[in-house]
Amino acid sequence: MPKRTDISSILVIGAGPIIIGQACEFDYSGTQAVKALKGEGYRVILVNSNPATIMTDPELADATYIEPITPDVVARIIEKERPDAVLPTMGGQTALNTALALAKDGTLDRLGVKLIGADAHAIEKAEDRLKFRDAMDKIGLESPRSGVAHTLEEALRELEHVGLPAIIRPSFTMGGTGGGIAYNRDEFIRIVLGGLEASPTTEVLIEESVLGWKEYEMEVVRDTADNAIIICSIENIDPMGTHTGDSIAVAPALTLTDKEYQIMRNASIAVLREIGVETGGSNVQFAVNPADGRLVVIEMNPRVSRSSALASKATGFPIAKVAALLAVGYTLDEIRNDITGVTPASFEPTIDYVVTKIPRFAFEKFKGADTTLGTSMKSVGEVMAIGRNIHESLQKALRGLETGLTGLDEPEGLANASKGEILAALGKRVPDRLLIAAHALRVGIVPSEVCRVSHYDPWFVERLAELIAAEQQVRDNGLPTDAQGFRALKAMGFSDARLAKLTDIPEANVRAKRHKLGVRPVMKRIDTCGAEFEALTPYMYSTYGGTECEAEPSDRTKVVILGGGPNRIGQGIEFDYCCCHAAFALGPVEKGGAGFETVMVNCNPETVSTDYDTSDRLYFEPLTAEDVLELLHIEQKNGNLLGVIVQFGGQTPLKLARPLEAAGIPILGTSPDAIDLAEDRERFAALVERLGLKQPAGGIARSRDEAVAVAERIGYPVLMRPSYVLGGRAMEIVETTANLETYIETAVKVSGDSPVLIDRYLRDAIEVDVDALCDGDTVHVAGVMQHIEEAGVHSGDSACSLPPYSLPDTIVAEIKRQADVLARALSVRGLMNVQFAVKDGEVYLIEVNPRASRTVPFVAKAQGRPYAKIASRIMAGEKLASFELEPRGKGHISVKEAVFPFARFPGSDPVLSPEMKSTGEVMGIDSDFAMAFAKSQLGAGTVLPMEGRVFISVKDSDKPLILDAARGLEAMGFELVATRGTAKWLGEQGVAVETINKVLEGQPHIVDAVTDGRIALVFNTTEGVQSLKDSETIRTVAWARKVPIFTTAAASVASVKAIAALKARAIEVKPLQAHHACS
Amino acid sequence: MADDPSARQQSGATGVVVLADGTLFWGHGAGAEGDAVGELCFNTAMTGYQEVMTDPSYAGQIITFTFPHIGNVGANAEDIEGVNPYALGCVMAEPITAPSSFRSDKPFDQWLADWGRIGVTGVDTRAITRRIRKLGAPNAVIAHNKDGLFDIDALVAKAAGWSGLEGLDLAKEVSSTQTWVWDECPWKLGEGYQPGDLPADAPHVVAVDYGIKRAILRQLVDAGARVTVVPAIASFDEIMALNPDGLFLSNGPGDPAATGVYAVPTIQKWLATKKPLFGICLGHQLLGIAIGAKTVKMHQGHRGANHPVKQLSDGKVEITSMNHGFTVDADTLPANARATHISLFDQTLCGLELTDQMAFSVQHHPEASPGPQDSYYLFRRFVEGLR
Repeated sequence: MPKRTDISSILVIGAGPIIIGQACEFDYSGTQAVKALKGEGYRVILVNSNPATIMTDPELADATYIEPITPDVVARIIEKERPDAVLPTMGGQTALNTALALAKDGTLDRLGVKLIGADAHAIEKAEDRLKFRDAMDKIGLESPRSGVAHTLEEALRELEHVGLPAIIRPSFTMGGTGGGIAYNRDEFIRIVLGGLEASPTTEVLIEESVLGWKEYEMEVVRDTADNAIIICSIENIDPMGTHTGDSIAVAPALTLTDKEYQIMRNASIAVLREIGVETGGSNVQFAVNPADGRLVVIEMNPRVSRSSALASKATGFPIAKVAALLAVGYTLDEIRNDITGVTPASFEPTIDYVVTKIPRFAFEKFKGADTTLGTSMKSVGEVMAIGRNIHESLQKALRGLETGLTGLDEPEGLANASKGEILAALGKRVPDRLLIAAHALRVGIVPSEVCRVSHYDPWFVERLAELIAAEQQVRDNGLPTDAQGFRALKAMGFSDARLAKLTDIPEANVRAKRHKLGVRPVMKRIDTCGAEFEALTPYMYSTYGGTECEAEPSDRTKVVILGGGPNRIGQGIEFDYCCCHAAFALGPVEKGGAGFETVMVNCNPETVSTDYDTSDRLYFEPLTAEDVLELLHIEQKNGNLLGVIVQFGGQTPLKLARPLEAAGIPILGTSPDAIDLAEDRERFAALVERLGLKQPAGGIARSRDEAVAVAERIGYPVLMRPSYVLGGRAMEIVETTANLETYIETAVKVSGDSPVLIDRYLRDAIEVDVDALCDGDTVHVAGVMQHIEEAGVHSGDSACSLPPYSLPDTIVAEIKRQADVLARALSVRGLMNVQFAVKDGEVYLIEVNPRASRTVPFVAKAQGRPYAKIASRIMAGEKLASFELEPRGKGHISVKEAVFPFARFPGSDPVLSPEMKSTGEVMGIDSDFAMAFAKSQLGAGTVLPMEGRVFISVKDSDKPLILDAARGLEAMGFELVATRGTAKWLGEQGVAVETINKVLEGQPHIVDAVTDGRIALVFNTTEGVQSLKDSETIRTVAWARKVPIFTTAAASVASVKAIAALKARAIEVKPLQAHHACS
Repeated sequence: MADDPSARQQSGATGVVVLADGTLFWGHGAGAEGDAVGELCFNTAMTGYQEVMTDPSYAGQIITFTFPHIGNVGANAEDIEGVNPYALGCVMAEPITAPSSFRSDKPFDQWLADWGRIGVTGVDTRAITRRIRKLGAPNAVIAHNKDGLFDIDALVAKAAGWSGLEGLDLAKEVSSTQTWVWDECPWKLGEGYQPGDLPADAPHVVAVDYGIKRAILRQLVDAGARVTVVPAIASFDEIMALNPDGLFLSNGPGDPAATGVYAVPTIQKWLATKKPLFGICLGHQLLGIAIGAKTVKMHQGHRGANHPVKQLSDGKVEITSMNHGFTVDADTLPANARATHISLFDQTLCGLELTDQMAFSVQHHPEASPGPQDSYYLFRRFVEGLR
């Protein structure tokens, strides 16, 4: 069927900020969709509040709305743009829920807009637990016994026939938020109450537990002619009970006979037909009883998903792109398979390798949070690896995680554990369970026992046992001395680093011995077809399990871009954005690039950078020195390697700069030495002094005693952090020597190799972020961002305003001057980020990073200039003078706000600190700061109240700051309540305020009021360990009850301005292109 | 390269694949010891290795499995398509693992040995597949000796001396020699195979066994037919004596032209009766020859479980299992025949029907096993046509 001609413009809804359960996979799918639809000549309108996405690049869609994704705002966009259709299947649960709300409230009908990809009926049938179960009954597919409840009473009734343990799943939530597994009645009641709260429809499904069953996902694509194909089967090594996003998974399914597989295939397609997904990709999840093969359907998602991104990368079949084309009427046989160029998309990819996905967690950021995995997703990113066998695939994934693993390293804390203790640890669903299983085998626990306790399928445990046996061989006999033996070991995926550990010799020596024997990897292609057809697209992975190399490096001049690896807090989509921009800027001339051959290296399946369409060549490889050097060795066999870009992917590639340089690989842009200078405390201090700039007093300590001495010299409070970190891992403000000692003992390892940095903490200073470009001679300051939260809150967690909303021009000018001086002093070639603190009219330099920063995409979107692209071309040798740099568009102000996963981590204090905790960001853009801030809050999911009671409890130093805000609230008709101290002070200033008890003062207290829904907004600022502890429940309860809460005075004040703006006028929407064109 | 397979024998190698041009792929032997000569082909299915090995259509062939892990679910007594493995052996990337499946009876390695079939593991199977793609399916010897003793020159000579599949009538060799009744239904989880419960007046299909897969027989029963299987060489009169309502021409190995020598006249006589006929794979090719079309040997053949086939009548695409090295040339179809299905991979003919009577055939394997079951409707269409 040809494409639809009854529609000419399409609104694509994005997924909004990166949150747990919804990460860059939706930028990958959305970008593919926008490109595909544009390519078909449709006018594409896009809404996404996330500025760090490729999809919101202004040249991609025809109209790009960086606006909050709420039904109300999207309705305004539809009214303004009047698209013919809305595509809701590319933006995760956010887009689906928004579209469904607009369908239900009649907006779509009223404005004559069709839903394409999935209609409201299908969305509802798939997402509504009861309707879904009925649908499965109808087509004769079993689902776990279950019942739906809207109240606790109903839930307890359902429990009678479902039985314990029971799974509780709230309806219409993403990533299983608010769900859980209950083993007893108390747990059941607690989880049901939380689940009802989390569900927008106050509905939970109570379900029979199929804990320990094998878990599978099938990625299905269907077209309007009812052609349905399976793109990929995925088998979770972690059995049922662990959220699929938190499970280690392999593709394809490895423990099914064809007869069982075909049952699952038929069931998957039947599910799509019954749910009514007429076009596009969906995934269907199954549980299979390992004892008898009984299969039950768990759920389906009528949209592209995290697993469809994984399936796309695992097979080379671009599900989102194809789904977008199917949504506008094409059938599968009319779409070409890009990889082969000769076959159609209507086939089922077959693979001749094994893919492993391992999630990455960030529990270290959330002290007190429960690390047990369950039905609510907790991981923040994932790594994918490809190998010719499960061993190689698994071990590549482990080292690609970048959590310090070189393979199946011994898990922490079990070195001297007894077998009983190890088995007890293995019984828990925790992030490093696979390592515990391997360790159990290492200490002699038999595979069958490991299977019994973990419910891992024996096939996987046997493979682990083979790896452990091979490790033992190496420990006993040392490295093989013949090529064949060494190759066999490498074919099991052992890294040089792991072999170095096992033999207790330096990694460099392992590598040297290996090279001497001529044992090097070959490259194989990911071709969708098991080599049946020729692959046109150079999408490759390395393996030692083969003799024939298919890399075929070209004779062109090439630039290699190293990506950022798995998403984590502090290093996410922003860096992938920069890597993609490097590929675009330096790639084909016909696409506007500089004409180099671009070679991307990354191992994160969620990203745009690992789309085979982004660069000329793609290596899906772990970002370790070994893996990168081997592929560079192959690339250098032909053509000319201009250099490697290590400054765009965050800390991951930066760490490789030294080993690459040592191997004689040219590094593009700012020299590794300059990067090191900026990171090296002592060298940097000397530079700052030479330039006549000011830094907060500080010092470096290599032992506990040194740390105490430094802190006492500069005076408390001090800011502590380990050197070489991104995302402020283990950063803390320390008030006393006792606190300092606790920090040294628990948070970091202090030694000569890993010193601790100690700085004077500038209380209540305004923090400023600067992104600048430099070509070695000339500097351009791209953006000066004023943080809303004061210095001390991690810059990644602060909201910020571009341009600054309250800094005097003289200060901004001084900041620019300092950035200029620094960039030239460091001979920066490319991007540089500087953080300043302004206190009492003085500008202090906090830190410099001569590399791409988290704010680069935000600045590019705000200023309308592609700074990452320009920086890439400078790195490749061009000068700043050849680019247009001045910001485009006048009259708008952009606010960036961070988004936090606190709701996922009950037990950890939802307070901002020097340790970064946000997973993503949104941008609010409008004509004034107040409205831009209001939009940023809405985009981040904070619905500011228009009336009600506001609770205020602030530390003494914040009291003067909060006064105007309190007055403003009073004037707008809000009631104010405060704890004794704050109430007294506000009362003295003539503000009418009611007093309420602190928790310690006895009930009824503030937590009761928040719990009962009597508080609409919370301002709570604290300082000091004790008051933080005392007020933690207020913050926790506010987060749990979704009551907006601000934990800094500056943000509280801004929120009041935002409320005033929202009361004064309706939200107006405007595309980025119009903002940029405004003069 | 120190371990270039063609340079010298790899130390510790206990298995080898020897191509007629002298190319060697060293590995580790699995299954039975010995050597066998045949055509080296590949199969890209990710499941169903046991069904593939027992498919009589693979007689005379050595199968390179492109998926690296083979043997992961072991072997059982149910997942077999013929009385024994017909493929001569198989080439695999990875060692055969112990099975993990509640359905497994024994390790795949043991199963191969029990049936006297040779395996070689540890081979760059992707390199073989790419070679076949570029150069076509070579004649080859697969050999396993647990002491690693191979007379390579003799093995090369054996591969080079083999005449190849072209002109070989393998169907006769794999066909049953007796006439027998089939009444078993398709496999069901938890039930296995159960006898069909068909009324005495159910339509009667005579299936000519050129190397028939059991899944075909089961599908015919499931569609409501009583089935009698006759040998490949059964004469027209012998078939008619069974009073069939319809004739089924099965899949099978070898060169259709060779089998056609005796099969085609029988088919032509049947067509003259105007009674319904359905053919699969070799049966499709034989029907083609019987109506005057030509068959040609393909460059690399189609062997996998992911092949898209388009029904020309309504444009619907079905994903199919395929295993064929010959194809009916669509340009040579007579006036009273038309193409019904084509391969979307290379546009080759995948189905034909006569316009003046109910006789149709498909090149792919609608019975699946292994592979997708999108094409079961063909069995229903055939059996419906007999009522």
